[in-house]
Amino acid sequence: MELVEVKKLQVELDAFAGKDVYLHLETTNGSYATHFNEGFFNAGAFIRNVVINYELGKVVGDSPHRVGLKLPHGWVYAQGITHYELDDQGRLLLAGHDGTGKLAVALQISETPFSY
Amino acid sequence: MTIPQERHVLVVFPHPDDEAFGVSGTITTHIQQGTPVTYACLTLGEMGRNLGNPPFATRESLPVIRKKELQASADAMGLTDLRMMGLRDKTIEFEDDEKMVGLMTDLIEELNPSKIITFYPDFAVHPDHEATARAVVRAVRRMKDRPTLHCVAFANNTLEMLGQPDVVYDIREVRDQKMNSMKAHISQTAWMLEEMEHKLQQGDTETENWLTKERFYNYRWHEDFEKSF
Repeated sequence: MELVEVKKLQVELDAFAGKDVYLHLETTNGSYATHFNEGFFNAGAFIRNVVINYELGKVVGDSPHRVGLKLPHGWVYAQGITHYELDDQGRLLLAGHDGTGKLAVALQISETPFSY
Repeated sequence: MTIPQERHVLVVFPHPDDEAFGVSGTITTHIQQGTPVTYACLTLGEMGRNLGNPPFATRESLPVIRKKELQASADAMGLTDLRMMGLRDKTIEFEDDEKMVGLMTDLIEELNPSKIITFYPDFAVHPDHEATARAVVRAVRRMKDRPTLHCVAFANNTLEMLGQPDVVYDIREVRDQKMNSMKAHISQTAWMLEEMEHKLQQGDTETENWLTKERFYNYRWHEDFEKSF
């Protein structure tokens, strides 16, 4: 993965617009957050291999960036995006990695389903 | 305590590296005693958060890495019967409960283990650990002749609720294998091992204990975690 360069990532987002794509969206604090800090309110969400078709995708702001996808009847967005990669299978993988190297958020789109 | 001879040991955990910290010394010892050991690892830790910064892996490439690490850990322990059960990290508790019991029952019926090692229900912290523990306990509860059930517990309230572990094995003789099992999972354990080395150098006895002793609780059927299932 490489650090997000807004202009470059924007080109990649544009390339998937108007296509049926499989979505992976995840936010996480890790399953041990409350174990190490008992007062911590642990929340997160996960969705994988749901098909969407966005008409407009945008990456905005300084790092960590925000990325939003406008759908005909709704929205997908993620904040905290630091890195991205168009992988060897042509999938666009975006992720937010914190200073300790832990993933905090992931937003991925692909024209073929992600594995299980 | 010396580790008694068993007919067959079945270890069930959800994530690659769950075996390394808590029980790899015990597994290695059983294998050296000539006891067949099967490790059923339910997921490939697909949702692991340690991906580095700069990243060394993506959400999609992580399982490939962790699969290799799991195999390397098995090799370090001398374990030859490694089963990767194909579930997805962080989803086990959402699987059908009866299906999960069936998965465990199938393994038990095939292997006829005299001892099973898993987590202790309600004292296992991670939802996947808890779901794994529940499935194993439920499968064993239905058996006529129950095998020994040794459970790993590490929730913050473990000592308060369960007291001291009733099974403590000296694993000093296989310390290197345990270290190698932990090192095999380097993508997820690097920072932990670094901290450990540091503490060992300072003569920290708690850390030293990790490499010399492994602790289990016999599952308390008389205080079963649920009345029925």
